[in-house]
Amino acid sequence: MKDNQLAKYIVKRILISVVILFFVALIIYSLMRCLPTSYIEQVAREKSMQPGSKSFEEWMKQLTAMYNMDKGIPEGFIAWLGNMFRGEFGDSWKWTVPVVDKFADTVWVSFAMGAISLVLQVLIAIPLGIIAATKQYSKTDYTISVIALAGISLPTFFFASLMKLVFSVHLGWFDLYGLVGRNYEQLDAFGKLLDKAHHLVMPVTVLTVISIGGLMRHTRTNMLEVLNADYIRTARAKGLSEKSVVYKHAFRNTMIPMVTILGGSLPGLFSGALITETLFGIPGIGYASYHSMISGDIPFSMFYLTFMAVLTLTGNLITDILYAVVDPRVRIS
Amino acid sequence: MNDKLEHVTEENSSKEQYSLNDDRRVRVLSPGAMVAKRFFRNRLAVTGLAILIFMFLFSFVGGVISPYEEDQIFYRTDTQYKEYAAVIQNKEYRFTSAGADVGFDSIIQAQMVLAMQQGKDSFQWKDVDYKVTEEGENFYSISTGGKMIGITFKDIVNLSQEGTELDFEFQYNALKAFTNGEASFKVGSDTYQLDAEGNVTKDGDDYAFVSEYIIQAVMSDVFLSRDFKEQLLATIGEGKDLFEFKDTDGETYEYRLSYDASKVTWSVRQEKSTSVFDRYSAPSKEHWLGTDTNGMDMMTRLMYGGRVSLVIGFIVVVIETVLGVIMGGIAGYFGKWVDMLIMRIVDIFYCIPSMPIIIILGAVMDGMRVDPQVRMLYLMLLLGFLGWPGIARLVRGQILSLREQEFMTAAEATGIRVRNRIFKHLIPNVIPQLIVICTMSLGSTIITEATLSFLGLGVKFPFASWGNIINDVNDTFVLTTYWFVWIPAGVLLLLTVLAFNILGDGLRDAFDPKMKR
Repeated sequence: MKDNQLAKYIVKRILISVVILFFVALIIYSLMRCLPTSYIEQVAREKSMQPGSKSFEEWMKQLTAMYNMDKGIPEGFIAWLGNMFRGEFGDSWKWTVPVVDKFADTVWVSFAMGAISLVLQVLIAIPLGIIAATKQYSKTDYTISVIALAGISLPTFFFASLMKLVFSVHLGWFDLYGLVGRNYEQLDAFGKLLDKAHHLVMPVTVLTVISIGGLMRHTRTNMLEVLNADYIRTARAKGLSEKSVVYKHAFRNTMIPMVTILGGSLPGLFSGALITETLFGIPGIGYASYHSMISGDIPFSMFYLTFMAVLTLTGNLITDILYAVVDPRVRIS
Repeated sequence: MNDKLEHVTEENSSKEQYSLNDDRRVRVLSPGAMVAKRFFRNRLAVTGLAILIFMFLFSFVGGVISPYEEDQIFYRTDTQYKEYAAVIQNKEYRFTSAGADVGFDSIIQAQMVLAMQQGKDSFQWKDVDYKVTEEGENFYSISTGGKMIGITFKDIVNLSQEGTELDFEFQYNALKAFTNGEASFKVGSDTYQLDAEGNVTKDGDDYAFVSEYIIQAVMSDVFLSRDFKEQLLATIGEGKDLFEFKDTDGETYEYRLSYDASKVTWSVRQEKSTSVFDRYSAPSKEHWLGTDTNGMDMMTRLMYGGRVSLVIGFIVVVIETVLGVIMGGIAGYFGKWVDMLIMRIVDIFYCIPSMPIIIILGAVMDGMRVDPQVRMLYLMLLLGFLGWPGIARLVRGQILSLREQEFMTAAEATGIRVRNRIFKHLIPNVIPQLIVICTMSLGSTIITEATLSFLGLGVKFPFASWGNIINDVNDTFVLTTYWFVWIPAGVLLLLTVLAFNILGDGLRDAFDPKMKR
C-alpha cells in the first residue's frame, strides 16, 4: 500500500516536472527568437569575416534555417523540440563542433571540480555546523556563523583574484590560468593526472569556500531545531551522556534534511561553475558556455540553458522523493 | 530569571514602594520595542548596521563631499623622447638629374659609377656615348651630346632658409666651387661667397651650406634650420650624446643622440613633455586611493560606485518584493486553482537559469550598443523580474497558515473587501519575514550586479560600480602591480554584502519571539 503510494507520488512529481520543463524550454526558445534580428545578422557578418569562412548570405541562411527562424515561434519550437528528442542540438558556432561533442568534452572537468568541492564542503561544513549548534551563543558559534556569512558574502571573482594574487603571483605555487601546465605533453599518465590536480587546487578551493557557508548554516539551523525537540530532552532526562545525545540521537535526525539537500544538489555538479572556470581558464562546461554566450553562439547557449533547467528540475525531484522516502511522516497526498 | 527579579525589586525599592498589583511595577514594551531591544542586544547585528550606515554615508554623502567628479579625468605631464631627426653621414654617391626627361636613369648612374671607378672618362650604353668629367673631389658630371644630364657627388648642398628651391644649376655650381676650394661662384646673375667650411652666403646673408652629412626631420612639416644643423653636427663631432638647442621662439629643447653604427646614422630624439592620463598613479595626498585606468580618482569612483550598487540593489529588491507580495498574496489567499497556477509559474521561474540569461542579454546589449543608462534600467528590471518567485513562495506559505486563523474569520465577517483583507490584514503579518528576506536578497542582488559588471555585462563605463571597478583585474598586469585599483572595491563589496547578511540574520532573530535572548 505504502509503496504504491510512493510510486504514485513519484510519477506525479515527474509528470509535473516534464510540464514545467516544457514551459521553461518554451520561454528559453522564445527568448532566443526574440533576440533582435539585427543581432543574428551581426553574428553572421562577424562569422563571414573570419578567414576561410562561408559568405554572409550562406551564414544567414544557415542561421535562419537552423533555428527555423523562417517559421513562427510555435512551429519553430515544435521543430526544435523534435530535434532535441533526437539528440540533435546542431553545431556550435563558437567551437565549430557538434554541441553534444563539446558538451561531452567539457562536462567531466566540471563534474570533477564540483564533486571534489562537494565532498570537501560536507567534510568541513557539517562538523562545524554541529559544533556551532551545540555551543549556541558561544564564541565558537559566533566565529563559525561569521565565517559562514563571509563565505556567502564573498564575491567569487574577488576571492578568486585574491587567491591568484597570493598563491600565483606572490608565492608562485600555482599557474594563473589553465588546466594543464607547460610541459603537460611530456608527462606520463600519472604525471598528467597530478598536473591537472595541481591546477585544480585553486578553483576547487574557491568553489568550496564560497559555497561552504550555506551548508554550514543549514546544518546549524537543523541541528538547533532537533536539539530543541522533546525527544532530546527525554534523552537528556534519561541521563545519557552529552556525546551520545548529540551524536546518536540528534545527529541522525539532522541528517534527514541534510541528505535530501545533498541529494538534490547532485545534479548541480554537472552544471559547472561559470565564473570560477572562466577566471581560472579551466575548460569546463561553465567556461565553454560563458564564451558561447558572450559570442552569440545560439546552439550551444540553447543547449546549456535547457540542460541547466533539466538539472534544476532533477535536483528538486530528487529532494522531494528523498524526503518522502527518508521521512515516513511526510504525508503523500 | 531570579537575578532579574531581584534586580527589578532592588531598583524599585530604591525609589518608591508600589503595591504588588500596581501597573507601574511592570514596564510594558510594545512588540516593536521588544524587537528593537532584542536586536540591539545582538552585537554582531549592530556591527552590521554600523557598517551599512558607514557605506551609505560613504556612497551618498561622500560623493557630495569629494572634491572630484565621478568621471573627472586627471592628467600628468610626462616627458617622452620622440624621434625628431636623423643624421646620416653620406659615404655613397648621390645623383641629381639636370631635368626630368634627360634620361639619367639608374642604369646610366650605375654605368657612370663603374666608369668613375675604372678611371675612364667616357662610356657607351645602348649606342649612346656618355662623357664623365671629374669636376672636383668626389664630384663628377655626366654629359651626352655636349649637354650635361646629371651630377654625382658625396657632399650635399643644404638650404639655410625655408622656402627657397635648390635648383640643379645652383647645386652644380656650389659643389664645383666647394670641391675645388674656390671662394665664390656665380649662378645666373647672382654671386655667392663660399668659405672653407662650406657655408654659402649671398650678399652677406646665409644662403646655403655644403656638408657630407644629411639631416632629415622625421616629421615632414618640420624644417631644420641651419643653426640647428650646424650645432647638431658640432655636437656629433664632439662625440656627446646630449644636445641642447634654443629654438627661434626662444625655447630650449633637449635632444638625445644615439648612433647606429650599422646604418651610419645618428638618431636625434627630442624631449617633449606631453599631457597624458594620470593612469594607475599610486595613492597620494590628492588621490587617497590613487587613480584608475582612465586617470579618474579611485576614491571618488568608489563612492559613486557604491551609490550605483546600493541603488540598483534597492530598486531590484523593491521590484521583487512588489511582484512577490502581489503574486504570493493572491495565491495564498485564494488557494485552489489560482494557487496551483501561480505556484507552477513560480516553479517555472525557479527553473529558468537566470545568470546565463542575463549574460546572454548583456552580450546582446553589447552588440546593439545600448546606451549605458538605458542598460542600467534594463538590468534592474531584469533582475527584479527574475527574482520575485522566492518572495512569492514565502508570502504564500505564511498566508496559507494565517488565513485559517480567527482574526481572518472576523475580517471576513465584518465584510471587508478582499483586497483590503489581503493587503491590510494578511500582508502586515508577513512583514517581519519580508524584511528579513529583503535584507538578505539586497546582499545577493549586489553580488549579482557586481559579478555582471565585473564580466563587463552589467553597469558600463562611464558609470562606476564596485563590480566594474574590479573589472580591471582581468588585466594580469593590474592584478599583480596595482593593488589599490581592485582590492578596496572588493573589500567594500564584501563588507556591504556581509553587513546585509548579518543584519538580516540579526533581524530574523529579533523578530522571532521564540528566541531566548
